[in-house]
Amino acid sequence: MSVSEHVWWAIAVIFALLSLASLIAYRLSNTRPGRSSDELTLRIKSWWFMIGIFTVAIVIDRAISTIFLGFIAYLALKEYFSLIPTRRIDRIVILFAYLSVPVQFYWAHTGWYGMFVIFIPVWMFLFLPMIMVFKGQTDGFLKAAGTVSWGLMMTVFTLSHAAMMLTEGDRHNGTAAGAGLLLFLVFTAQFNDVAQFTWGKLTGKKAIVPGVSPNKTREGFIGGAITTMLIAALTGPYLTVMPLLWSALAGIVIAMAGFVGDVTMSAVKRDLNVKDSGGLIPGHGGILDRVDSLTYAAPVFLHFFYYFFVGGRA
Amino acid sequence: MIRVLRYGFFALIVRPVLLLLLGTNIRNRERLPPEGPAVIVANHNSHLDTLALISMMPLRDLPKLTPVAAVDYFGKGAFGWFAKHIIGILPIDRSGKTPRRNLLDGAIAALDAGKILILFPEGTRGEPERLVTYKKGIAHLIKIRPDVPVTPVFMHGLGKALPKGTYLFVPFTCDVFVGERLIYCGDVGDFMSDLEDRMNVLAQQGCFPTWE
Repeated sequence: MSVSEHVWWAIAVIFALLSLASLIAYRLSNTRPGRSSDELTLRIKSWWFMIGIFTVAIVIDRAISTIFLGFIAYLALKEYFSLIPTRRIDRIVILFAYLSVPVQFYWAHTGWYGMFVIFIPVWMFLFLPMIMVFKGQTDGFLKAAGTVSWGLMMTVFTLSHAAMMLTEGDRHNGTAAGAGLLLFLVFTAQFNDVAQFTWGKLTGKKAIVPGVSPNKTREGFIGGAITTMLIAALTGPYLTVMPLLWSALAGIVIAMAGFVGDVTMSAVKRDLNVKDSGGLIPGHGGILDRVDSLTYAAPVFLHFFYYFFVGGRA
Repeated sequence: MIRVLRYGFFALIVRPVLLLLLGTNIRNRERLPPEGPAVIVANHNSHLDTLALISMMPLRDLPKLTPVAAVDYFGKGAFGWFAKHIIGILPIDRSGKTPRRNLLDGAIAALDAGKILILFPEGTRGEPERLVTYKKGIAHLIKIRPDVPVTPVFMHGLGKALPKGTYLFVPFTCDVFVGERLIYCGDVGDFMSDLEDRMNVLAQQGCFPTWE
């Protein structure tokens, strides 16, 4: 698979933007040291990491990219299972849940859409509680079946849509192919995180869900979504087959989904009393915090694209 | 040759496997002893405890790291050879055949040679993720070598990944809390209660989900 010129240029621009961001963060941490600048430095660091891996992966091979995405999903699932209460008897069930990761990403890699889309929601959904029942411990069964299934859906199933985007993009996304489509999603979603954060800091007043995440404000959300829409309208026609207006719509869709993913993970952490996941349990604020917006944005955007551009309804 | 095998085993097998399949979060890693003689004291939940502790230390310290283990458990076969030479355990005879006053001779010699001992004062792998009362061997050892610092380490998660009585390994993140070093205070009983307090404080730093 040769990587299209468009993707190369996009990567070059991202490298330039990140260099600029690193420079600003470096100056900020010198002039105004504190929590926000530490958080910023940490974020920028993880973006460098992501774009670095992304570049290496797409340069070498799509299979490598898929394995990499599968590994991220595995780490997210492991973090989830380590955070939630589990039953000792369910160790084998959890092992099966882990084993579904390579299988699910294999379906994504081969592009077997039908299997990809039912494997976890149907087969694993039916299979895991069955094992629990045969193990015979009814105490806590419902809770265990619920949390294990939800976690598997929320991490592995949702993130496997990013891998499916590579496959579907190669078929239906013109010259920019799968790499272009995935880059569009990841860039837009990450940009939206920053845009909503920045708008919230500058103008935020009214919290949308104060009980879950007091610093997610209506002003931040609207300002962020509009900015994201504009940037998506700019980059979409370049990285995808979507024309300008459709790209703008995709930007809004990704902004909304990203927001929901973000607050959903916040709700999980609140429920588990790990509000600041980085502080209370060191390192746990790892993968889940980084992929939270993608857990909603990846499936929503893939099915948006699938419905309108693979299904030919646009 | 065995030295090379030991390095190879830890550098090429244990470390990558622990990194990929477990992932350890270490809090206050800088409190781990930088040089021997020293003692690391940890809670014992799993066969993985020793491997995880050894992997936490820099690879160049490998020749110094000496886990103390019961001789009867590991025996004389291939398993015993592996435990002695590759894991590098210092066997302690808990059968009662060795006279009580000679029991710690090996450990003392190791400390005098500048080694870093790894001790599990719970005696055996207990019920996973539960602290039990400590055996006093550590205090008697430190009474003889009172200048040696003792670093308490609390680990959580390995007992979920590979608990006693099973060979089924299931990945869970492992949290490690390193405490400040303890110096012998002059009394065995006080030292033990001090150590237990420190371990309980470390255990409370984490916010661990229930696991029944």
